[in-house]
This record gives sequence, C-alpha cells and structure tokens, in this order.
Amino acid sequence: MSRTHVTCVLNGDEIDFLCNDYQTLLSALRDELGMIGTKEGCGTGDCGACSVILDGQLVCSCLVFAPEVEGRRVETIEGLAEVDHLHPLQDSFLEGAAFQCGVCTPGFLMAAKALLDRNPSPTETEVRYGVAGNLCRCTGYDKIVRSILDAAARMSDPERQKEAT
Amino acid sequence: MTTTRTGYKWVGTRPVRHDGLDKVTGRARFGADYATAGMLHGVVLRSPHVHARILSIDLTEAAAMPGVKAIITGADLPDIPDETGTGSEGGINFRDLSRNILARDKVLYEGHPVAAVAAVTLRAAQRAAEAIEVDYEILPAVLSLEEAMEDDAPVLHDDLFTLGLDSPPDRPSNISRRRVIARGDLDAGWEEADVVVEREYTTKAVHQGYIEPHAVVAETGEDGRSTLWCSSQGHFAMRTYTTKVLGWEPGDMKVIPAEIGGGFGGKTTIYLEPLAALLSRRAGRAVKMVMTRSEVFRATGPTSGSVMRIKMGARRDGKLVAATAWMAYEAGAFPGSPIGPGVMTVLACYDIPNVLIEGYDVVLNKPKVAAYRAPGAPMAAFAAESVVDELAEELGIDPIELRLRNAVTEGVRAVYGPKYRKIGFVETLEEARDHPHYSAPLGPWQGRGVASGYWFNFGGETTATVSINEDGTAVVMSGCPDIGGTRAALAQMAAEELGIDVHRIEPVVADTHSIGYNDMTGGSRVAFAVGIAVVDASRQLIDDMCARAALIWDVPREEVEWVDGRAQSVTGAAAPLTLEELASGSGATGGPLSATVTVNPRGAGAGFSTQICDVEVDPDTGLVTVLRYTVVQDAGRAIHPDYVEGQMQGGAVQGIGWALNEEYIFDRNGVMENPGFLDYRMPVASDLPMIDTVIVEVPNPDHPYGVRGVGETGIIPPMAAVANAVYAATGKRMQDLPMSPVRVLEALSGD
Amino acid sequence: MARVFFPTALQQLTGDLEECEIEASTVRELFVRLEDRFPGIREQLASAAVAIDGDVVPGALLERLEPDSEVHFLPAISGG
Ligand code: FES
Ligand code: FES
Repeated sequence: MSRTHVTCVLNGDEIDFLCNDYQTLLSALRDELGMIGTKEGCGTGDCGACSVILDGQLVCSCLVFAPEVEGRRVETIEGLAEVDHLHPLQDSFLEGAAFQCGVCTPGFLMAAKALLDRNPSPTETEVRYGVAGNLCRCTGYDKIVRSILDAAARMSDPERQKEAT
Repeated sequence: MTTTRTGYKWVGTRPVRHDGLDKVTGRARFGADYATAGMLHGVVLRSPHVHARILSIDLTEAAAMPGVKAIITGADLPDIPDETGTGSEGGINFRDLSRNILARDKVLYEGHPVAAVAAVTLRAAQRAAEAIEVDYEILPAVLSLEEAMEDDAPVLHDDLFTLGLDSPPDRPSNISRRRVIARGDLDAGWEEADVVVEREYTTKAVHQGYIEPHAVVAETGEDGRSTLWCSSQGHFAMRTYTTKVLGWEPGDMKVIPAEIGGGFGGKTTIYLEPLAALLSRRAGRAVKMVMTRSEVFRATGPTSGSVMRIKMGARRDGKLVAATAWMAYEAGAFPGSPIGPGVMTVLACYDIPNVLIEGYDVVLNKPKVAAYRAPGAPMAAFAAESVVDELAEELGIDPIELRLRNAVTEGVRAVYGPKYRKIGFVETLEEARDHPHYSAPLGPWQGRGVASGYWFNFGGETTATVSINEDGTAVVMSGCPDIGGTRAALAQMAAEELGIDVHRIEPVVADTHSIGYNDMTGGSRVAFAVGIAVVDASRQLIDDMCARAALIWDVPREEVEWVDGRAQSVTGAAAPLTLEELASGSGATGGPLSATVTVNPRGAGAGFSTQICDVEVDPDTGLVTVLRYTVVQDAGRAIHPDYVEGQMQGGAVQGIGWALNEEYIFDRNGVMENPGFLDYRMPVASDLPMIDTVIVEVPNPDHPYGVRGVGETGIIPPMAAVANAVYAATGKRMQDLPMSPVRVLEALSGD
Repeated sequence: MARVFFPTALQQLTGDLEECEIEASTVRELFVRLEDRFPGIREQLASAAVAIDGDVVPGALLERLEPDSEVHFLPAISGG
C-alpha cells in the first residue's frame, strides 16, 4: 500500500511524515509522530480531547485527514509551553486545579488558546461556549472556566505576566 | 466554609499537584499512549444480537487473511467454576466475568464479545474480525425490568435461582436475588402517620462517561510471564481478575498502571485485559487493544436502570414514622446490580422507626452493569428525596427543616442495622439552610430544590512505603492509581508529618511488582486508607530517625524529638540533625531510611451531602436550565481543598446529567441507539453555572487528620434536587428520569 | 457478650430470631459459636461484610470483639 508524504509546520517546525490516505491527523500525530499529548475520546468529533489548532482554527484532529494538513500550520499541546516557561493557560490550569484525571486537559488547553487568541478578554459565558465542544467528566467545568478567565487576566496584565515567567 | 486550619502547614492547603506538569504539557501517559516496537493490534468481534445461542464459529477465512496472527473465542478461556471473589458490589463472580469477556454458548446483549483477533495492523485485524462467521440461533429477549420479572419471561440463565426468597424457588428466573430490610411495626407506623405519600419512580441506565476509553498493551513471553500496561482503578485487581479468567498465576503477571482518564467505578473490572494477554501469548508479540467510544457504551458500564416505589408517612409535627420501599435494579446480562447498597442507602439519612425495604437484582439483555460512583445510591435517593420533598410540602414544613427533624446523628441506628458513628449530616443541612443561596429571590418559571444523600465510604487493603533520599527529599509510594489528585493529598500528609516542603516529596503510583498489594482506587478510599498508611510509615520513619540521632549523640532516645524536619535534642546538647544529614549518613546508623506499612483500616467515615439547585424551565420547549447550584458536603478534613471541591463539583454535574439528559436508548430489538457522545448527551460547559461548594469538616475520629471519603457522595442528591426544583418551578412532579425537554413538556401539557 | 443482629435473609436460619447475645472475643470465635447454634449460617456469612460497632471491618476474622460490641452482617460493598 503506498503511503502519502505530507509536509507541514508542526509547532513552528517544518516537518514531514508518511501516512495512509485514510489516516486521521489524530492518528498521524499519535501513531506516526509519537506525539501522544493529543488524546482520542471518541473519534467522531464529539469530545474535543483531540483538539488542535490548524492555521489558527480550532479543529478536532479526529475529523481531519492527515494528508489535508499538507503545507499548513498545526499547533498541538506539545508546542504550548516555551522552553523555560509554561503558557499562562498552563499556569492557570495548574494553580486553579482545572483537571482531575487530566485526559481532557490537552484538548481544553488548545480550545482555550484558540479562544483567547481571538478574544483576549472573554466573559464567563464566552468561555463556556468557547469550550462547549470539549467534554470533561471529572470537574463539572467550574475550575476549568475559572482558570481560563484567570489566564486571560494574566495575559492582559503585564505585571502578572512578568511574575509568571 | 472551608475551615482554614491553624496548626497545619500542609494539610488543608492547595499546592500544585505533583503530576500536574505532565498533564498540562501532554506528557502524561494514559492507557492508549503506550506502544512497543512490533506490537500487534487487537480488535473484538461483538454480537449484533441481544440474545442468541452461538451455534458455530468459523475462523477459517479470517485466520488465513494476511497479517492475522491470532484469534481467540470463548472456547479458548478455561471454563471456570461458579466462584465469587471480593471486589465489586456483592462480590465478583469469575464465571460470569469470564463469560462477559468472551461469550461461551450464548450472547446476552448487543456488543457482547464473541471473538478477538490480533493482526499486524488495526485495519487487518478489523477485516479479519468481519470475516469470522458466527452462526446464531436468535432467542427471545428481555429488555425491561417489568418483562424480565414476569413469571413466563424468557430466562437468560437456566441455572439462576433467586436467592433470598422465603422458600427456595423450584425453577430459574431472571431475578438473581431479593434483599429485605425490615424493622419496627409498619401497621402501627401507618396508624400514627398524619400524612402519607406514595409514588413510583423510574431511572434509565446511564454510563460513567469517562473520557478515556479502555485500553491495554499486553506482552506475554514464551515462558508465560506477562506485562500489562493498562489504565484502571486498580492494577492489582486487574491482575487478580485477568489471571483468574485465564487460569494463570498472578505472580507471573506484572501490571504497570497508566494514568487513568477517569473511571468513576467503570474501571474497577476487566474487559480487554485477558484478551490482549492471551492473544499476545498465542502470537508471541505484544498486543495493543483500545476500545472505540461505541464499544465503551455498548459493552462496558453502565449503571442500573431502576423502578422504585416509595411510601412514607409522617406525623403533623414532621416526624417520619413509617416507610416502605420496593426497588428493582437492572443488573444487565449477569447478576450483580448495586441493589445491596440501594436498599441500604435509600432511607439511610433518616431515623424512621418502622420500615420495610425490598430490593430485587434482575438480569436482562443489556450490558452487564459496572460500579458507578456510590453504586446504587443515586437512584434510590432520587426516589426517597422526592417523597421527602412532597411530604414537606403537604406538612407545610420547610424541606430542610423537615430533614433536620429526622436526620440521623451519631448513635442512631441506621435503617440497615449498625449505629452511626460520628457523622456530619445535620451540619450539612444547617450550612445549606444558612447559605445565601437558600434564600435568594427567584423569578417566574424558576424553582429551588434541595436533596441529601448518604454514602458509606470504604477502607480496604493498602500498602504504602515512605523513603528518604540522600538529599533529604522523600518518595511516597502506593499502589492506588491517582484519578483526581490523590498523589498531592498523600504527599501533603507525609509533608505534614515529616516537616518538609510538599514539593520535596515525590508521590509515586507503583506497579504490581514494586509494592505490596493495594485495593482499587474506589469507594472514596485513597485519602482515607492510603493516607493512614502513609502517616503511619512517616511516623515510623521519624521514630527511626530520632533513634539514630540519639545513637549519634549518644543520648537516650527520649531526649530526641522531631521538629520541623529535624531531629532535635530536647536539652539543646547537640546541633539539630536535618533529614538530609540523617539520610546521607544512614549507612553508619543502620542502613537506608525507609518504612513500609500495610493496613486494612476500619472507620472509613460515612459521608453526607446536601445540595441546593435552582432551575428555570422554558414552558415552550420543556428545557430545564440549572441556574445556580450549591453542594454542601462533609469531608471530615479536606487535605487538598481544591480536589475535594473538584470531587463535589464533578459528582454534582454527573448527577445533573443523569437528571436532565443522559440515558441509554434502545430500539425495539434492544440495540443501543445512542452509543456516542453526540446522542448520549453529557453536560458541557455551556449547560452549567458555576458549582458552589461548602466543605463541612466534621473530622473522622478514625483518621489521623480526620479524612472521610469525598469521591462518591456528591453524585447522590442531584437528581432529586433538580426534580424538586422543577416541581417548584412548574408544579409538576417528575417521576421518571431523565427530565428531558420532551418529558417536561409532556408533564406541562398534562394540565 | 457481643450483641449479634441478623439480616432478614438470615432469619430463616435463626428461627426468626433478629438478634442474640453470644460470648466471643474475636469474629472467628463468633462464627464458630454461631455455626454451633445455627448450622449452615457460616456459609451464608462467608460473602457478607461484618460491621462491628457501626464500622465495616473487611477480612474481620481476627478482629477483637469488646464485651458490649454490636455485630451486623451486611452485603459486601466497595463502591465506585
Ligand atoms: S476524539 Fe476527536 S472529538 Fe473526540
Ligand atoms: S479532568 Fe478528567 S475528564 Fe476532565
């Protein structure tokens, strides 16, 4: 069976990989590239555990075929932190106890990043709708929503941003 | 009202959890994240029928397909005897467990495994599974409790004779067991009652809904020894069950716990593990198996659907004087619904003198139920707490006040027998009554409901080791998977004892070959039971270190005390010795610093929760929106309040889902119609408000810091709280779950 | 003398007796005495959880009983 060669920008680096035509981006990330941070909760676009950002848009990587990312920019959880410091969302999630089992966390972080990239100071309702495509069964969402609001506040407050780094 | 403890440095604080960084960076390895070079992929062939006899299975074509390395069917598992072990509600029957993992002669639900295949790729395995030919003789199915309990119902198991009847039955049925609790004199009770309410309630099967599907990698060597990587609530139990089903020796299997992406009881049993281990043995290669979401819904979990009739009588002054409950729980394809805890908890909040409770465990052609957070209690509370609300209204007594007048307290005999020890039910009621939420104004089509719940909590067998490294840091090792922040809580208790910074302690979940046995993470037991072992081990270490300091200083042991992480001379004769100094010089004082403690503790303090719910009902669509929600719960002592709140919030929201949306929907033939998250509708963030929490702390005298389990109680009150709120908003009593828009609209149009 | 309570399901074996007092210093001894008095009961108790003074005690055979202890037999429970 011939495999497809795909070139894309993954977390800022140009990379290439081989995959089958029928393979999803989720499967290519996990099984071909060994990037297991992106999770599979359903494989049908209903849980958001596989959320990644594709050319600035939040997508379910289980609904994207891997060959579709040819020439495009993909951001995953593995690219969220900088070398020596976490993304403010990661800090807020840690300090705000925004997860219990943590399997939904990579997806929530990517969905929250996509939200804050486009709306740096969302209301509680905007946050709730911004992550409505992501399921968490452990937390009841309270601490996730608070942590995203807290990250937004950190990011818009230069003082707090300095502290965090 | 989180009591801020003075006097504790770490207990009651909110440090960043030790496994946190891995979980926000995507590094944490969950079940499906393991892979080995050259591993095979396994899939399961499942029954399309709900009840059928397997006449033959033809593997010829499938076995000849390219890339196929092994195929197994029920005949490949030993036919083990009817033997019960401990582990789940009423014990686990290994014969049934084996037959649920691979059907032997009959399939009993749609999705029941019939064969498993391992091949070089997932695709090849799937194709081979499709090529397996199974010849079925379709049998009549039983799909509801009513049908299953009828005298002439088709019988699932012809060797199933009801236990617990007054006289032993002469023929098999679908009722596996009757449980009865009786006390007092009912006739006298009804006589005394001024107001009596009697109602029937139904609930549907609902799934635990963990986001991580079941997954395992198994590698079995030529010598028959195997290694499993899997996510579960307890890798020791997974080993016991898996080897039992395979007829292997537990000592030959090492189970390495993956991070677990939620369990809620659903990962206290096995599904894929023996299949992967046996396929690996047959193929001589590692085998990975991961369930699809549809498989998770169709063949794991859920918890029981139920039918309950409750009758309660009260005097004018609000005293409950009599109650009866008739309850039937679906067990699924094999016996073992949580009817035991159902009958024990249904009236456990109240001191009622005259009681008769009767419960039935019923098999039918649906997936075998698994434990789900406070198994059996939430549906029972839905029924009982709805009746209490109705009584309160009839009596003209505030519902919290009515509960206060009947609440069980220390020394009161529980309806199922024993006397309560120190409990905090009254405190949760008082906190709820005094909470601003309880008296906040409401608008039109809005209503407020309250409800309470009780859960036993559990101790269980436990091993923990605390060791000191040469730099004075410590390792706290246990064998209980961390599902919701227990690593942090255990490290906090050790930090408090040892007097060192919590982040100088590394909490570890060790595999089955690295630490002594541990029961599962379940029954809300880890902070309690493992906490006791960790505290004991820390205290042993401290004692040991003080003795060593005495040796070094050449003074009597009594002249040394442990203060702030250092051995100190009470006379001030010598400079204190730090943990680091003691550890780095331990070779000269008797060897490494490490202590292991095993316990099977009694005294898991019972948990109570009282919850307040405000809803708004849309009269045009029937949609119920939760506007405000408050959970009040007795945690004994919150070691890490964030994760205690998290348990309370998560439990409440699962209960809200159970109340409003979630249900297994089957078509006429018993095939599940909604085996995916799109149609099995769990709550999402935009459905909900913030979930306020009030942690009540009535310390458990049997734990060094007063811990009671907190994981389960929170899911018990929500369905009744929501239903009582819907009544307050609409004047309609909702007696059937879920209170979906269609049902609410139906109720509203009943005017 | 420990005070022993029988669940409804066991009362067939105890001749409708709901409770009784038995001299025993451990649960193991209690089981032996109970079997003497109500033959067959031990088998029935094998799968039950034992609660001593309101406290479920797993694997309780060696557990000590105080002279005023109350013993109940409950369905086994572990939870989710
Ligand atoms: S795995 Fe992609 S949405 Fe669930
Ligand atoms: S933390 Fe477990 S699913 Fe979100």
